[in-house]
Amino acid sequence: MGKVIVVTSGKGGVGKTTSSAALGAALAHNGDKVVVVDFDVGLRNLDLVMGAERRVVYDIVNVIQGEAKLTQALIRDKRLESLYLLPASQTRDKDNLTPEGVEKVIAALKSAFDWVICDSPAGIERGATLAMRHADVAIVVTNPEVSSVRDSDRIIGLLDSKTLKAEQGERMEKHLLLTRYDPIRAERGDMLKVDDVLEILSIPLLGIIPESMDVLRASNVGSPVTLADGRSAPAIAYFEAARRLKGENLPVTIPGEKKGFFGKIFGRKAA
Amino acid sequence: MNFLRIFTRSQSSAPAARERLQVLLAHERASVGDSDLVTKLRDEILRAISKHMQIDDDRVSVKMERGAKVSTLAVDIEIPFDAEKKKKAA
Repeated sequence: MGKVIVVTSGKGGVGKTTSSAALGAALAHNGDKVVVVDFDVGLRNLDLVMGAERRVVYDIVNVIQGEAKLTQALIRDKRLESLYLLPASQTRDKDNLTPEGVEKVIAALKSAFDWVICDSPAGIERGATLAMRHADVAIVVTNPEVSSVRDSDRIIGLLDSKTLKAEQGERMEKHLLLTRYDPIRAERGDMLKVDDVLEILSIPLLGIIPESMDVLRASNVGSPVTLADGRSAPAIAYFEAARRLKGENLPVTIPGEKKGFFGKIFGRKAA
Repeated sequence: MNFLRIFTRSQSSAPAARERLQVLLAHERASVGDSDLVTKLRDEILRAISKHMQIDDDRVSVKMERGAKVSTLAVDIEIPFDAEKKKKAA
């Protein structure tokens, strides 16, 4: 049985889709079978970020409405053969995403894949709540910036109340992924500190992704950043985050701080 | 390896982004008025086939690739030996 992960944030533009694609590719890189599901019906973009936009035949709404089989809607990545994408519908209304339909799709994906990564839309509406509904693990993507932290706090509240796990009285495993971290601004003291964000949200840290041109470049060419240039700083950070997801205890280094000496002092215990 | 990285980095990615968006948006704008030819063909081909045999969704694979000048549509169908009889019986 695979693990269902929701990548969520509340706020838009913080890097949910980028992170979903990058983590999905990083996990599939070791041969794990991964599917990344776009829940943003009407405004899909995961296909574009993963470079599969020209090959979309059917989407999740087609599957839910019985117009296509799940296997027909899945798109296999051209670079990694264990990486798949289930696109959102671009033309349909998001009301076509029914709770029963989503439940069936997730159950089917869970039995066929090691990892089911649900890329949540922004906001707290239907798409977002359905994306988190069946999750075993939640990744809360946050920028070191006041409105993003506030929205993340709101999303954490929803994860603890509106998910199946929460309703069954279980604890939802939550991880913080701090993205667009700018070492230069941090050094100047113009950015919320990692510790501040961790203290406010009080969930364990999965990784810190530095602000980087490599992310933009990867999306331009339609490749998860972990596949576009595996040696770039954000790719390395995502690969490490993926290892932590798999349970490895890997200390998190803060971008911009020297690894050796400072890393030993400030290196945080991973989630 | 490092040299290779510097080399690949020197190529700008913006032209690729522009080209991908142009192709994608051309197709998406066309599909708003339900006039996307590839989608139309896909549906009609499947409808035509279902007239003659019961379509088993697991045995039909549809692939599309939307290009700037040419799009491709590949419909791959397994036709069982007794497909016709089954349809008549049904």
